Amino acid sequence: MTSKLMKILVYLSAAFTFGMLGYLVIYILINGVRFLTPSLFAWNYSTSNVSMMPALMTTLMVVAGTLLIATPIGVFTGFYLVDYANRKNPIVKAIGMATDTLAGIPSIIYGLFGMLFFVIFLDFQFSLLAGILTVTIMSLPVIIRSTEEALIATGMPIRQASYALGAGKLRTLFKVVLPVAMPGILSGVILATGRIIGETAALMFTLGTATNLPGSLFASGRTLSLHMYILSQEGRHVNEAYATAVVLLVFVLVMNALSTLVSKRLAKGGK
Amino acid sequence: MDNLRQGSIKEAHRRPPFKKAHKGNLIEKIMHGVFLLAAFTSIFSLVLIVIFIFTNGLPMMFEYGLTDFIFGQTWNRTTFGLLPMILGSILVTIGAVSIGVPIGVMTAIFMAEFCPKWLYEFLKPAVNLMAGIPSIVYGFFALRIIVPQIRQLFGGPGNSMLAAIMLLAIMILPTVISLSEAAIRSVPRSYFSGSIALGASPERSIFSVLVPAAKSGIFSSIVLGVGRAIGETMAVVMVAGNQPLMPRGLTEGVRTLTTNIVMEMAYASGQHRDALVATGVVLFIFIMIINTTFLIMKNKEAK
Repeated sequence: MTSKLMKILVYLSAAFTFGMLGYLVIYILINGVRFLTPSLFAWNYSTSNVSMMPALMTTLMVVAGTLLIATPIGVFTGFYLVDYANRKNPIVKAIGMATDTLAGIPSIIYGLFGMLFFVIFLDFQFSLLAGILTVTIMSLPVIIRSTEEALIATGMPIRQASYALGAGKLRTLFKVVLPVAMPGILSGVILATGRIIGETAALMFTLGTATNLPGSLFASGRTLSLHMYILSQEGRHVNEAYATAVVLLVFVLVMNALSTLVSKRLAKGGK
Repeated sequence: MDNLRQGSIKEAHRRPPFKKAHKGNLIEKIMHGVFLLAAFTSIFSLVLIVIFIFTNGLPMMFEYGLTDFIFGQTWNRTTFGLLPMILGSILVTIGAVSIGVPIGVMTAIFMAEFCPKWLYEFLKPAVNLMAGIPSIVYGFFALRIIVPQIRQLFGGPGNSMLAAIMLLAIMILPTVISLSEAAIRSVPRSYFSGSIALGASPERSIFSVLVPAAKSGIFSSIVLGVGRAIGETMAVVMVAGNQPLMPRGLTEGVRTLTTNIVMEMAYASGQHRDALVATGVVLFIFIMIINTTFLIMKNKEAK
């Protein structure tokens, strides 16, 4: 009897969860798509067109800059942890714990830190560079963990086979192991990209909220999420906020589809 | 199976078999150094974060008086009593967890045990999508849907503790679902067949055998959910009302630790700014307690 009741509750919960998700996505799409006017994508922002184009470009800049720094560091960390370090070494444990801790720190703390360190201490001001560096630290754990998992999953035999053929450690890593581990690493990078696109709190006090496209690394700008936050807080541009939400949702959908595709390839054995 | 395979590889890595053979090569040595350097970035960043948050926040706390800061009930530009925000954060998190966790765990049970395979192909990406939707979009959705509903049903401004609780209950769902699902799936299948063999119905086997066996994993999903809820900022700031007053009721506004920082940082300076960083210190300590709990549980599970 009770288990029948539980079963009903389970079905109801699932219905609620996915019903809510469906409602959110459809609600945003219905209210936002019709406001996606060409003027919203005008190259320059003005108070009359409230263009999201500079924010869109800034988002891409932040994503590109962050991945450019975070991917090598994260992947190299994974290399070190899996293929170089002695697993019993306390340093390796410390690196693992630091990574887990970084993953759990809320973005507002990153924002505070970025402001105190990059913006004020290093005197970068509100700038693209301060924003990128802050978000880089944030995305490290995701990339490190996915690289680690992907490398471990490749297994020992392919390494031994490569060594047996006379290849060095580095050559084995880059020419043999990395191609096999690529889908796993890539899905981590895609996940990180999604996070960066959706980030607001960490960028607000590092990247700033300037409306125009940042002309240099030391200029301020705003990403799409920040743009949307400011629009909805001002309360005068609700329609444009809906439209921005649509663009953000589309980004997330594309990122998720990509990562699913990549990990499916991984499940098939990768290449 | 998976654990076994990974375990043996880890075992193999303990004694890198060909380490010595390549020691002579200079490039190998340089790259080894580069990888080591990269690996230290996480530790270095974490240390920097701790140093900068604490050295900017702690002095203010002691200057102002630790008890006055933590237990003071008034917050304005000159008086910094953080108690309303601490209580706000705790209450909102408790509310969100007590709604979100049951729904999340049961959804996880559905996905692991009741869901047909073809449907799972859609639901799994849907959970990932939920996890990927920016918090700002959740906040906006709540501002447009939940807040007006509350205003209509209970009167008042609508921007309230209840709105924040419902919003966060939804936002922690993907975290709770994916970890709980993994926990349920990792219970050995023989538990289930054993229970069936003893004459229990499939439902009973699931609820009385599988789920209890997965409880440590489910519990750690709850801990992580708590971390998400207490750390969420931008979505909460949109719906919570944000008055820096002691929590007065579900339909009244509330301010949390995170929103306290966002609301005032833009124009703060001097001791006011330090007080906001100190708010970050308190939040950081909360998060460290939650994370440590989670890591301890995860390690226990791994053993």
